[in-house]
Amino acid sequence: MSMIHVSTTVNGDEVEFLCDPRETLLDVLRDRLALTGAKEGCGTGDCGACSVTVDDRLVCSCLMLGAEAEGKSIGTIEGMADGEELHPLQEKFIEYAALQCGVCTPGVLVATEALLKKNPDPTETEVRYWLAGNLCRCTGYDKIIRAVLDTAADLRKAS
Amino acid sequence: MEYHTPGSFEDAATIAAKAEGVTRFLAGGTDVLVQLRADMVTPDVLIDIKQIAGVKDIAREEGGWRIGAAVAGAEMTEHTELGKEWPGVVEAMDLIGSTQIQGRATLVGNLCNGSPAADSVPALMAAGASVSVVGASGTRKVPVEEIPAGPGKTNLAKGEVISAVHLPVRGDNAGDAYLRFIPRTEMDIAVVGCGVSLRLDGPTVAEARVSLGAVAPRVLLVEEAAKAIIGTTLDEAALDALAAAASAACNPIDDKRGTIEFRTHVAGVLAKRAAKIAYERAGGAK
Ligand SMILES: Cc1cc2nc3c(=O)[nH]c(=O)nc-3n(C[C@H](O)[C@H](O)[C@H](O)COP(=O)(O)OP(=O)(O)OC[C@H]3O[C@@H](n4cnc5c(N)ncnc54)[C@H](O)[C@@H]3O)c2cc1C
Ligand code: FES
Ligand code: FES
Repeated sequence: MSMIHVSTTVNGDEVEFLCDPRETLLDVLRDRLALTGAKEGCGTGDCGACSVTVDDRLVCSCLMLGAEAEGKSIGTIEGMADGEELHPLQEKFIEYAALQCGVCTPGVLVATEALLKKNPDPTETEVRYWLAGNLCRCTGYDKIIRAVLDTAADLRKAS
Repeated sequence: MEYHTPGSFEDAATIAAKAEGVTRFLAGGTDVLVQLRADMVTPDVLIDIKQIAGVKDIAREEGGWRIGAAVAGAEMTEHTELGKEWPGVVEAMDLIGSTQIQGRATLVGNLCNGSPAADSVPALMAAGASVSVVGASGTRKVPVEEIPAGPGKTNLAKGEVISAVHLPVRGDNAGDAYLRFIPRTEMDIAVVGCGVSLRLDGPTVAEARVSLGAVAPRVLLVEEAAKAIIGTTLDEAALDALAAAASAACNPIDDKRGTIEFRTHVAGVLAKRAAKIAYERAGGAK
C-alpha cells in the first residue's frame, strides 16, 4: 500500500505525515500525531466527538481523509488553551459542570468556539441547533447550553 | 485504494474512464466516507475534485447562478444573494445533517449519491436546475431530473463527472420552497420531501414545478401536480387538486420510518404547504 505524504498546519504548527489513503483525518490526528483530544464516538458523522476546524470551518474529522489535509489549517481541542491558561469556554464548562464522562467535551468545545467566532450573541435556540450534531449521553445538554450562553455574555462584556 | 487529486474536470473524467474497479468522486465525503467506514463501498479509485480551480465558487451566470461542485452547504447559506433568489434550494441544502456536515456536504454529492430521500434534489428539480457533465466527448448540460436512476444509481456513464450546478434566472414575481417531514427536529432522513417553485402573473400561477422526494425509487418531478395549480390563484380547490396529484404520483416503500399510506398522504400535505410558501415568496397575498 503506497503511503501519501501530507504537509499541513495543526494548531498553527507545520506538520508533515505519511498516511494510507483510507485513513481519516481523525485516525491521523490520534494515531500519527498523538493528538487524542478528538474522539471517535461513531465514525459516521453523527456524534460530533471528532469535531475539528479546517480552514476555520467546523467539520467531523472522521468524515475527512488525512490526505485531504494537504495545505489546510487544522484546529483541534489541543490548540484551545493558551499553555496553562484555559479558554473562557473551558473555564465555564468546569464551573457549570457541563461535562461528566468527557467524551463529547472536546468536540463540543471546538464546535462552540466556532459558533462564538461566527456569532458572539447566539440565542439558546441557535446554540442548540448549532450543537445538534454533538451528542452527549451524560449531561442532558442543559449545563452545556448555559455554559455557552454565559461565556458568550462574558466575552461580549470583555470586548 | 488509489487517491487522485486532478487539476481539471477533464483530467478527473479521464482518470475515471481508465479506472479499474469501484470508482468514486470525493466532494464533501459525507456519503463516501460513511460508506467506506461501514465497509459498504471501498473504492479502488477515489478522485478528489476539490483541487480543481473554481470548484468552491458561487458565481453569477447569465442572470442565474453557477454553483461549483465542491461548494458546501454552509457556503450557500452564508451567500445572502443566492438565498434571496432561491430560498427553497438553500433551505433544502441547509437541512442536510449538522453544522459539521454542512461544512462539507455538497449539492452534487447529494444528487450523485442517488438517495431517493436526498433533500436538495427535489428543490433543485423544482427550481429547474441543471448540471454540467464533463466526459470524454466534452461537456453537456443536463437537467437535474435526468440524473437520478434509482436508489444509489445515476444516469452518469463511467468517466463522467459533474463540474457545477446551474440555477436559472429567477426573475420577478417568483418564489420557491422545500419542506420535508421527519419525526425529529434535526439530523434525520426525509420520510417525504417536497419542492415547489412558481411564477405569478398578478395573483395567478403562470409557471410551476413540483418535485417529490422519498416517495419513489428516485426523486420525482411531478408534472400533474404543477398542472393542478397553473392558471389558478392557489385557492382551496387548486390546493386540493395539487395534493391529490402529488399523492397519486407516490410509489413509496413501507418501512419503520413511514408506511405507504402515511407517505402518500404526507406528500399531498407537504405539497400544499410548500406551494403556499412559494406563492407568498413570489409576492402573492394569502
Ligand atoms: C450525519 C449525517 C447526516 C446526513 N443528513 C442528511 C440529510 O438530512 N439529508 C440528506 O439528503 N442527506 C444527508 N446526509 C447525506 C450526505 O451528507 C449528503 O448526501 C451530501 O449532500 C453528500 O455530499 P458530499 O459532497 O459529502 O458527497 P460525497 O460523499 O463526496 O459524494 C457522494 C456521491 O456523489 C458522487 N460524486 C461526488 N462528487 C461528484 C461529481 N462532481 N460528479 C459526479 N459524482 C460525484 C460520489 O462518487 C459519491 O457516490 C447525511 C450524512 C451524514 C453523515
Ligand atoms: S466520530 Fe465523527 S461524528 Fe462521531
Ligand atoms: S459528558 Fe459524557 S457524553 Fe457528554
